[in-house]
Amino acid sequence: MAQRGAAQRSNDPVPLPGKIPISLVVNGVETALKVAPWTTLLDALRDNLELTGTKKGCDHGQCGACTVLVDGRRVNSCLTLAVMKDGARVTTVEGLATKDALHPLQQAFIDHDAFQCGYCTPGQLCSAAGLIAEGNAKTPDQIRELMSGNLCRCGAYPNIVAAIQQAMGTNS
Amino acid sequence: MIPFHYARANDVADAVRMISADPAAKFIAGGTNLVDLMKENVERPSRLIDISRLPLDTIEPTADGGLRIGALVPNSDLAYHPLVEQRYPLLASAILAGASAQLRNMASTGGNLLQRTRCAYFYDTVTPCNKREPGSGCSAIGGINRIHAILGTSENCIATHPSDMCVALAALDARVRVTGPAGERAMAFDDFHRLPGDTPQTDTNLLPDEIVTAIELPALGFADNYSYLKIRDRLSYAFALVSIAAALELEGGAIKQARLALGGVAHKPWRNTAAEAALRGQRADQASFSRAADILLRDAKGYEHNAFKIELARRGIIRTLTQAAQATPQSQYDKKIR
Amino acid sequence: MTSYIGTATSRVDGRAKVTGEARYAGEFKAIRLAHAAVVESAIPKGRISRIDTGAARRVAGVLDVLTHENRPRMADTDKAWKDDVAPEDGSPFRPLYDDRIMFSGQPIALVLGEDWETARYAASLVDIQYDKQDFVTDLRQQHDQAFVVEKPDKPHGDADKAFAAASVRHEAEYYIPTEHHNPMELFASTVVWDGGGKLTVYDKTQGVQNVQRYLCSVFDKAPDDLRVISPYVGGAFGAGLRPQYQVVLATLGALALRRSVRLVLTRQQMYGLGYRPATIERLALGASANGTLDALTHEAIAVTSQFEEFSRNDTGWAALLYKSTNANYVHKLARLDLPTSSDMRAPGAATGVYALECAMDELAIALKLDPVELRLRCYSDRDQNEDLPYTSKALRECYRQGAEAFGWKARKAEPRSMRDGSDLVGWGMATGVWEALQMPMAVRIVLGANGHAEVFCAASDIGTGTYTIMAQVAADALGLPIDNITIRLGDSTLPQAPVEGGSWMAASTAHAIAATAEEIRGELLALAKRIKDSPLADARPEDVALADGRLVSKLDASRAISIADAMRSGAIERIEKEKTNTFAEDKKHARNTHSAVFAEVKVDEQLGVIRVTRVVSAVAAGRILNAKTAHSQIMGSVVWGIGMALHEETVFDHRFGRIMNANIAEYHVPVNADVHDIKVIFVDEPDDLVNPMGIKGLGEIGIVGVAAAIANAVYHATGKRIRDLPITLDKVMR
Ligand SMILES: Cc1cc2nc3c(=O)[nH]c(=O)nc-3n(C[C@H](O)[C@H](O)[C@H](O)COP(=O)(O)OP(=O)(O)OC[C@H]3O[C@@H](n4cnc5c(N)ncnc54)[C@H](O)[C@@H]3O)c2cc1C
Ligand code: SF4
Ligand code: FES
Ligand code: FES
Repeated sequence: MAQRGAAQRSNDPVPLPGKIPISLVVNGVETALKVAPWTTLLDALRDNLELTGTKKGCDHGQCGACTVLVDGRRVNSCLTLAVMKDGARVTTVEGLATKDALHPLQQAFIDHDAFQCGYCTPGQLCSAAGLIAEGNAKTPDQIRELMSGNLCRCGAYPNIVAAIQQAMGTNS
Repeated sequence: MIPFHYARANDVADAVRMISADPAAKFIAGGTNLVDLMKENVERPSRLIDISRLPLDTIEPTADGGLRIGALVPNSDLAYHPLVEQRYPLLASAILAGASAQLRNMASTGGNLLQRTRCAYFYDTVTPCNKREPGSGCSAIGGINRIHAILGTSENCIATHPSDMCVALAALDARVRVTGPAGERAMAFDDFHRLPGDTPQTDTNLLPDEIVTAIELPALGFADNYSYLKIRDRLSYAFALVSIAAALELEGGAIKQARLALGGVAHKPWRNTAAEAALRGQRADQASFSRAADILLRDAKGYEHNAFKIELARRGIIRTLTQAAQATPQSQYDKKIR
Repeated sequence: MTSYIGTATSRVDGRAKVTGEARYAGEFKAIRLAHAAVVESAIPKGRISRIDTGAARRVAGVLDVLTHENRPRMADTDKAWKDDVAPEDGSPFRPLYDDRIMFSGQPIALVLGEDWETARYAASLVDIQYDKQDFVTDLRQQHDQAFVVEKPDKPHGDADKAFAAASVRHEAEYYIPTEHHNPMELFASTVVWDGGGKLTVYDKTQGVQNVQRYLCSVFDKAPDDLRVISPYVGGAFGAGLRPQYQVVLATLGALALRRSVRLVLTRQQMYGLGYRPATIERLALGASANGTLDALTHEAIAVTSQFEEFSRNDTGWAALLYKSTNANYVHKLARLDLPTSSDMRAPGAATGVYALECAMDELAIALKLDPVELRLRCYSDRDQNEDLPYTSKALRECYRQGAEAFGWKARKAEPRSMRDGSDLVGWGMATGVWEALQMPMAVRIVLGANGHAEVFCAASDIGTGTYTIMAQVAADALGLPIDNITIRLGDSTLPQAPVEGGSWMAASTAHAIAATAEEIRGELLALAKRIKDSPLADARPEDVALADGRLVSKLDASRAISIADAMRSGAIERIEKEKTNTFAEDKKHARNTHSAVFAEVKVDEQLGVIRVTRVVSAVAAGRILNAKTAHSQIMGSVVWGIGMALHEETVFDHRFGRIMNANIAEYHVPVNADVHDIKVIFVDEPDDLVNPMGIKGLGEIGIVGVAAAIANAVYHATGKRIRDLPITLDKVMR
């Protein structure tokens, strides 16, 4: 049986397909951009829109550093092709705070020292925002499990859990 | 990644037409497996057909009391759907044992079925691999094979299917609905995935120009006595070394119906009806569970690094059946194994 | 008068990090930025016989493809390639230098393109043919070829003889696999072409000045023509001590194109950088029945590359912890066809003390002694390598407070004797030890008449909290609110700093700030004296302090002059001082940090699944500058210890000489669900000998001993002694 998608093997370069215009509502701002089919949402944010708050830690869905909210749901932007999200609402770490105040999660992360190097932090924050919106985590065990898609090599996990509890208002 | 064209399908017929027109095209749904493999140059489609906006995203009761799940329902929506939580908690539990919350938000029901193996050689284009390059050899045999299969292997490939969700679907006797140029057909879940044999490059019996449209669950959901136990190298966000889906229908201490399926042990979710038959009519106790485990693992064969899976699976089967019988299913949050 | 030092001040860089404003090396902007992608070697050893870049060059958007055949000039002596922390012996790796292949994953070509995806695609089209050579990547296979390296630890007596005669003996081999740092940030450099051959290099590094000197040397640049900047570092753990190859390649690309270039390595490519070497450790302990040591032998065989000799102290730690009448230490290196191994959090100690502390546990069992009690019986008040007393050593207190907080008293000695339902419960403990190092360092302070100060230094903050503790120390030294302090780090043009490593940064920066602040104070006093009828007219420099924005007499608090008034008297707007602090040499004392780690595991009896449910780490590390960030340092290190004990292992296929889990899904590090209750205790340890402020540093001590405590707990739970890390469930089930 023929294998799909395994056709092209020669060493000759394949012509690059043209860029495709899309529009995204990024942190509340309607944004038009042109992307190649292979551009991920992560690279579109970081390279095309210069929103470098969203991080690349693996580019393969293995670390969670690239977590953003797409139409309110947390996803790994490194495995999301930007063209597929034409018309979507995207929230990144840059869109969490309002003009006057940090998002309660951001403040809680500072209060609980829920990071060290800070590189996983934007992903942790967006993931935590998604977690709270989903409403499936009530106990620390549930928070731990549902935040396990965000690696923190600095090992800030217990403080991350405490910060999320504070933001959920389940912690004094 | 190699360059590719992008096109969006508007309906199922459109999707089938588009895939039939280009032998090197692939569907993309959540993208969590396909984009990963494209970045590794393992998958090299000339064209991606975006099916993510097809209206296959609903979960509906069927006339015979079962459930019909659209192929594009995200894994997380499926796991938290009230009808699934109530009637098919085994499925909900298995889904929540897999990947991460983010990935489950992205991953589709159909894509989960069609995700490919996590064999390291399959991913590493520098090394031989029959699944990636038919005829090049299997590096896992004689190489690093800790995560590999112990059942249904061939001398050409010992890869496993990595899904958790599919293990529950196998146990629940789901059916897969597909549409191709010749129209619609349905497959028993057990017929969907295949064993490696001489053609390990082919994971499933889906034809190259068919699309998965839905999964159907029969009425019987085993909501009272079930458990999904996933055993892995860390407590979350890791693929199964061995996972077990167990479901029982009990009648006064005796087993009326049993279902038993394993993940992480074979090229497909491994269900063994002989082991299930051996449980039928027996008491729900260690002795009968142990017998069922022995039957299921009778032909198991270990390799250099994965032989431990045979004993792990045996103990895991007994444990999971016990959890099911006692109605204390494994929690995917509290990691204590009860 | 101390008001910030010691408090739980929140990170001053916290806001930048939670809003996404903090920029890391691969995120700096430049006009006409080109993107680079690396092509790696598929084989571990040989020569490139042919490299065809034609197809890659034909891809639209590709600007150039660099290989050893066409690259711009680079230095051709080993000396020029030696960075500040390179191993003394050997010949440092030179990327794209010639046709030689020395490890799998070695960079052999660099594709430069208008965007990253295009460059990556083109990189996949570069066609390479090799002349392959025989290779070896397996430590066990190279065991017998290992050679002895000199170490500072001093054997004494005849350990072999004493061991043979000892009444209770324990001898065993322990194994630590290769581990990779895997900081969350990918290694990256953005090299900005400033015109006229001048470059600004944004790099992921633990030492901007090290990278600056190295690049100037490799590319024959004048110091003023190349500046290295790294304000934020997304974790490094030792991986950023030496300049990594991406910074050389990005610079090479910029020189070739005469435009700005960014190179971000893939996670997979980061497995071609340094690593914690796989190590075989042999311990032989002989004791008398009363639990004192007669003989102690520690041998280690660690991995290095074929071209450099990297080694750290694995074997000398016992001499810091335990008295033994006879002791022998042997450290060997085995050469493999891999990149050079490197420093990784507590290099040498994380591995050596793992083995030592497991061996001590086994000896305690043989002696039927409580493991804490055995350590107390062997406790050494002197460093036996040098026969010196410590500046301070509150390790006894660590044992006491740690045990109490953990509830150690309730432990039943017998393995498999404690249960929680289907779980076997195990309690284990171990000791940790590390060095209290300090380095010469310079700080510049600019104090404005408005009472705001900027503090400059080339040091890096890799997440350890350097920005914050520097702000605290500066605020206290200058008597200003912390919000008035701005810290500027990570720029090679700033005052001299060592690489951020070895846990020396806290002590070094704090004293450099204090020294510079003293100069500022002196100048202010001189200005204050000029004021007519100055209340400080007779004050001596040592009699005044800065507090609340004023210069105040310590003898009479009513005598004070505000900073603003003092500056106005001299008609100046700012005072700028730079001072290099060096530490007095003290050869009469040993300087170390210590810890006692207690761990609880629950192990499913049938399935071998391990959960680390509780860890208590009691640390003695002198004065703690910031209770919050210090806690995080230790907590994070404990998480590393959990990973080391249960998860981490770089897996090789020695047939290909390749790493088969070169990613962060199959190279397991702990996730949130793996980490539960971690309690950190800082034991009071006043120390006016180590340095004037009594600071010892915390970056590494927290990991040392953790893996041993967990391994010992697993034994206590299951009765199974697993000496080969990581302790995976198949080993427990076996
Ligand atoms: C780091 C990581 C960890 C993971 N851990 C787990 C885990 O523990 N357990 C687990 O079960 N899974 C795990 N996954 C895998 C994840 O569940 C799958 O990637 C996901 O389910 C695939 O769904 P998708 O919609 O994203 O598929 P896609 O990537 O879009 O597609 C996958 C394949 O299916 C084909 N396809 C998709 N939809 C259809 C359709 N309707 N008809 C025909 N063909 C179709 C595509 O052409 C493609 O070949 C993990 C993934 C990652 C990246
Ligand atoms: S097990 Fe299968 S997938 Fe893995 S190397 Fe062998 S053929 Fe390839
Ligand atoms: S960068 Fe997307 S998950 Fe790691
Ligand atoms: S804060 Fe450094 S990785 Fe999480």
